[in-house]
Amino acid sequence: MSAISREDVAHLAHLAHIEMSDAELDKMTGELGVIVQAIASVSEAASADVPATTHPIALTNVFREDVVGETLTAEEALMNAPDSVDTRFRVPAILDGE
Amino acid sequence: MNEIIRLSATELAAKLRAGEITSVAAVQAHLDRIAEVDGGEHGVHAFLHVNTEEALAVAAEVDAIRAAGGAEAEALHPFAGVPIAIKDLIVTKGQPTTAASKMLEGWMSPYDATVIEKIRAAKLPMLGKTNLDEFAMGSSTEHSAYGATRNPWDLNRIPGGSGGGSAAAVAAFEAPLALGTDTGGSIRQPGAVTGTVGVKPTYGGVSRYGAIAMASSLDQIGPVTRTVLDSAYLHELIGGHDAADSTSLNEPVPALIAAAETGASGDMTGVRVGVIKELQGEGYEAGVQARFDESLEALRAAGAEIVEVSCPNFKYALGAYYLISTSEVSSNLAKFDGVRFGTRVLPTEGPLTIERVMGATRAAGFGEEVKRRIILGTYALSAGYYDAYYGSAQKVRTLIQRDFEAAFEHADVLISPTCPTVAFELGSKVDDPLAMYLNDIATIPANMAGIPGITIPGGLSEGLPVGIQFLAPAREDARLYRAGAALEKLLEDKWGGRLLDQAPELSAATGGVA
Repeated sequence: MSAISREDVAHLAHLAHIEMSDAELDKMTGELGVIVQAIASVSEAASADVPATTHPIALTNVFREDVVGETLTAEEALMNAPDSVDTRFRVPAILDGE
Repeated sequence: MNEIIRLSATELAAKLRAGEITSVAAVQAHLDRIAEVDGGEHGVHAFLHVNTEEALAVAAEVDAIRAAGGAEAEALHPFAGVPIAIKDLIVTKGQPTTAASKMLEGWMSPYDATVIEKIRAAKLPMLGKTNLDEFAMGSSTEHSAYGATRNPWDLNRIPGGSGGGSAAAVAAFEAPLALGTDTGGSIRQPGAVTGTVGVKPTYGGVSRYGAIAMASSLDQIGPVTRTVLDSAYLHELIGGHDAADSTSLNEPVPALIAAAETGASGDMTGVRVGVIKELQGEGYEAGVQARFDESLEALRAAGAEIVEVSCPNFKYALGAYYLISTSEVSSNLAKFDGVRFGTRVLPTEGPLTIERVMGATRAAGFGEEVKRRIILGTYALSAGYYDAYYGSAQKVRTLIQRDFEAAFEHADVLISPTCPTVAFELGSKVDDPLAMYLNDIATIPANMAGIPGITIPGGLSEGLPVGIQFLAPAREDARLYRAGAALEKLLEDKWGGRLLDQAPELSAATGGVA
């Protein structure tokens, strides 16, 4: 386990799409360091032959008939949209213009 | 205090059916109580939204059906007309759903959660939406973007979390019933510190459709009430298969009401109760341990066979929980990006691209604890760390399940204190995430294994409630109600009434304790 650096946190914040100020990055780095240290023992707890559990009560092949069910209308789907045009969500530029 | 609000839900339902009280009067009594104790600077602040008009309309409809009699009245659910409060993580048409986050301020769900559809069908008037830690992340309700809820036993203390609003509402007699969600203890820990009953059902036993997902493999909706029998009724009402939730168990709901009625005799003859060695002793307050030991004595005297069991891998449970839950959080909360719903914040400078809008939106919309968990989860899932963190945590999950399997070979139910301490003071742990996480040490293993758990009031330590937790194997929720109702009866006989009878009166004038 390596310690978590300020650069790591800045990178993670970028991946998670959360803007952070310098002060926030400093605080978060310190807090995450303590938390990561406290939970590091988890990686030593289980040997390689222990299978992973992804779901507590695993169900397989949960299917339904491939028929159209009840869906939201376009109006309902758009009623909470920050911005929309006709029957679509409107967003700012997808690509950076620079 | 109006006597209607002190009735249990089962008692109130019986009076409604007998025509002694109308549902409108019952709903109005609770609305009056909310107006009296919930607001103001020092109020309980259990509610984020009060649903006055709709609640009274549903109540009037139930009263009209009962007054008319006939087949429609006969077909009413036994709890029709009994009001209920809803944790504001569960989506409702016609009422705002915020998850106690700025991100969803003003958001109105276009659909109802499955549990809400069932509550509407049974005609339980919804009093409103209750406070929580933002997106259910926390153990004190202090991480709500709309201010903390206060513990009715001591308004300077936390009501637990994340479902502090639902537990406080029930404890303060603002509602006889409430819904909660439990990912690592968010129903049971608030239940323990407010002297109320809370149940986390078997994973898949209650549909999660319409509960805003925190950690999908751990989340479960469940009842929050003042008595074990009330929880059994509510659990049977909301439980059962739902095709809209692919993790829902396609099995009938167990006979929970019958189990609670059996338990209410107080007889525990032949029931093997396993004491989990690792969930007591060091780290547990002396007063909590003392009430726990007394509960064991009461069960033993009632015929239970008390055995000790060991779950050696529980020491890894907290760490593994924070890796798995935050990993799922980082994925589940990616949808809050200012595109389709919720808040959108534009960056104050620089080019206006969608990526920068997302960054600004999530910076402004999420609180500190949510950001902390998203970043931790992103870390646990990132290249180079995945095997060591997320992968290892999933293996620990297997080890915890094996610990439970071994324990249940020797016991029908397991028992522990629900949490290591009584309610702490507001503000005392909010800046120390690790200390906050330790509150859930006894509740987390059940979520990791998918098994059901209940907390019931176990008495007081320094004037504050202590919770006793029972755990049962997956799908054996009925055992919780049998054992929980028995211990409830044994302890109430000793106290000469319910634990909440000993709670201080909340006064209207000061919004504080009289």
